[in-house]
Amino acid sequence: MKKFSELINKLLLTSSRNRKIDILSNYFQNTSDPDRGYTLAILTNELELKNIPISRIKEIVFENVDNELFTLSYDYVGDLAETISLIWPHKELGSLLGISEIIDVLRNLKKVDVNKTIKNYLSIADETERWALIKLISGGLRIGVSSRLAKTALAKFSNKKLDDIEKIWHGIEAPYNNLFNWLCNDGPMPKIDLLKTFNPMMLANPISKNDFKTLISSQFIAEWKWDGIRVQIILGKSSIKIFSRTGDDISQSFPEIKNSADSMVILDGELLVGRDFTPMNFNSLQQRLNRKKVTQKHMDEFPAFIKLYDILYLNNEDLRDKTWKSRRFELEKWFKKNNNKYFDLSNVIKFSSWDELSNFKKNKIIDDQHEGLMIKKIDGSYISGRPKGYWYKWKKDPKNVDAVLMYAIRGHGKRSSYYSDFTFGLWNGNQLSPIGKAYFGFDDNELKVLDKFVRNNTIKKFGPVREVEKTFVIEIAFDAVNASNRHKSGVALRFPRIKRLREDKPASEVIQLSQFKSEFL
Amino acid sequence: MKWIDKNLHIKPINTHIDPYKPVENAIITHGHADHAKPGHKNVLATLETIEIMKIRYGENCAENFQILPTNQSLKINDVLIKFFPAGHILGSVQVLTEYKGEKINFTGDYKTTSDQTCKDFEPVKCHTLVTEATFGLPVFQHPNENEEIKKLLKSINLFSERPHLVGVYALGKAQRIINLLRQQGYDKEIFIHGSLEKLCEYYHNNNIDLGKITKVNLTKKKDYNGEIILAPPSAIKNIWSRKFEDPIICQASGWMSIKQRAKQSLVELPLIISDHADWNELTKYIKFTDAENVYVTHGREEAIVHWCKMNNINGLALSLSGRDDEEQL
Repeated sequence: MKKFSELINKLLLTSSRNRKIDILSNYFQNTSDPDRGYTLAILTNELELKNIPISRIKEIVFENVDNELFTLSYDYVGDLAETISLIWPHKELGSLLGISEIIDVLRNLKKVDVNKTIKNYLSIADETERWALIKLISGGLRIGVSSRLAKTALAKFSNKKLDDIEKIWHGIEAPYNNLFNWLCNDGPMPKIDLLKTFNPMMLANPISKNDFKTLISSQFIAEWKWDGIRVQIILGKSSIKIFSRTGDDISQSFPEIKNSADSMVILDGELLVGRDFTPMNFNSLQQRLNRKKVTQKHMDEFPAFIKLYDILYLNNEDLRDKTWKSRRFELEKWFKKNNNKYFDLSNVIKFSSWDELSNFKKNKIIDDQHEGLMIKKIDGSYISGRPKGYWYKWKKDPKNVDAVLMYAIRGHGKRSSYYSDFTFGLWNGNQLSPIGKAYFGFDDNELKVLDKFVRNNTIKKFGPVREVEKTFVIEIAFDAVNASNRHKSGVALRFPRIKRLREDKPASEVIQLSQFKSEFL
Repeated sequence: MKWIDKNLHIKPINTHIDPYKPVENAIITHGHADHAKPGHKNVLATLETIEIMKIRYGENCAENFQILPTNQSLKINDVLIKFFPAGHILGSVQVLTEYKGEKINFTGDYKTTSDQTCKDFEPVKCHTLVTEATFGLPVFQHPNENEEIKKLLKSINLFSERPHLVGVYALGKAQRIINLLRQQGYDKEIFIHGSLEKLCEYYHNNNIDLGKITKVNLTKKKDYNGEIILAPPSAIKNIWSRKFEDPIICQASGWMSIKQRAKQSLVELPLIISDHADWNELTKYIKFTDAENVYVTHGREEAIVHWCKMNNINGLALSLSGRDDEEQL
């Protein structure tokens, strides 16, 4: 447990991405099975210890620490695992088992033994071990390590391709002995069950002005970029699994989508809600997302369907190395045989010049349905990740609003001595109401201007947050606005970035939140 | 509290302890800026505290200075005053006052663990204890300072290609860190931010071994890789630190036991080294004094007051204004 706890402590306090990868890669190199496998599972959120609720841990703490003193401490520290690890009053001789053994013990712990075992563990652990132990039990480390970063470290330490790791990732299980065998060249690449396994998706790069000069339009086709969520659909005989872009299984949120296909097939598409294959806006789709229980009312009001973009597998044949053109041919053939009210083909848009496509985009785009256009290379294969030169996204023109700078936090890594993370707001009567946060879009010179303004105009500090004089106007570009009841302002911007500094504009001329809502929402 | 009031005013002799605003008569427990203010008429303090005040605020920062060495008594009218070492920084004292047979002890800031840069703390019995509570929550249990310093030395060995920028308070903490490094046998040159220079010199002149220390010179191109550089946290937060290439940001403070706090401050290597008593020291000392009343001047008062109640001691929070927590990043 010592090694694991020191690892996550180090990861928490390291802000550089490359350095985190180095730390992890070293750990994988110098740790044996199955410890490193369990660590990997914890870092990628693939391991849950459901049998010990965190309320039980609190109970144990309250048996040993005065309730009031604990509450005061928790108020001050703000993090439960930290509070418990720091306040635990007992110290006993002994040392904790390794991470694998601990997981094994905790998983098989009988209810009657929970209190005694946990109390003993807390007492023989050092402070960082206690912290790690409670994080392990409560789930969700929150140490700034994504699953992708952990896999990148795996690729680095083994000299294997990240893409190959991604291909099998969703088909293997903790503690991943077969994975590490392969990574260390002691075994073959693990075989996976295609019917259950998410395959990492191919993603697009934003298209730039320069690209239009160098790319040959006749080598590309276009499609609408539908404004829903990208999904992968795995159809088996009478089974269907729907995965989000990040590989989360979201099938249970959309139980109405059924399949009558007679063969195994993996499809790529956009999940939307609407009638007769006419999508409603993204806000409507949000009503269906992240729901554990789906009611009939929801399904009637916001019926789900999928616009199909691509096909990856057909009858156990991997089509990903084929060209887009031949995959499209297979997709259309499959669709003709198997179409039903849940699947629609996303249309192919043909064009003979970039100008023509530009005009098409300008005239035909429907704000509520489309995020923009996708441009795909006709002879390109399906490559996981974001390869350059194949798929491009051409988003609709961003919307803009001038807002007042309200708060700032220092950035990380290279930017750690600059205030580079900004919260901005609009007027709500004569008060400002924050509508979003942005930490990019500006160049180095603009960052210096912003940083200087923050330093010279701080009126209050809340820990690391600085509240500034409400005088600096910044122009914010964003892709869309969603209604949100999680934010006080009632709106959430999608992809906000700082477009320009408006030092010329007085804060009093910034618009009212209500005006913003009626214009954009 | 018949003869002292909430502002630490000793009424029979019209004298304040560590007053926030200029007063006629002030007793100063130690030289930190939230305790020692310039502009008083008469100041009573240890020689070291007076000299530190003069370094920071100038020769004329008070009209009259009177020195009272530790463990010597001074009687003003009917009030007997005696200083006991507080173990906080050089010159720091607790102020024991006695009037009509009642003893009130003002701790100032203190720690009970040993420290080579100042006199060791001396416990003293009293009827009423007026204590600080900077780390007055049971989550604060400071580890051994030598183990913490070893973390810094280990990191220097491991990352010899990166400068180690250590955030320290200019008075007390800086010199203690240097001294602790020397105790561990680190005999290389240690670099300091300009604002630390005079105080380091003062400690050196008081026979506290700091070894070779050099002011950072940023106009000359120098390679600070693998070196230890001490600076106040504000300088590390500031443009000043941009001159160092890829530094490891360290911070020596009792607050560093809270990981999320270290992370928020972008501290990569937290060193839990404090000049204040932790929870166990605070509560142990309260018990030792046999005090019937405990007044908490500043810090996390609520928990200490609650603890006093649990132990049948009268506790009261004074919540003095103008007291900083130890400087933070």
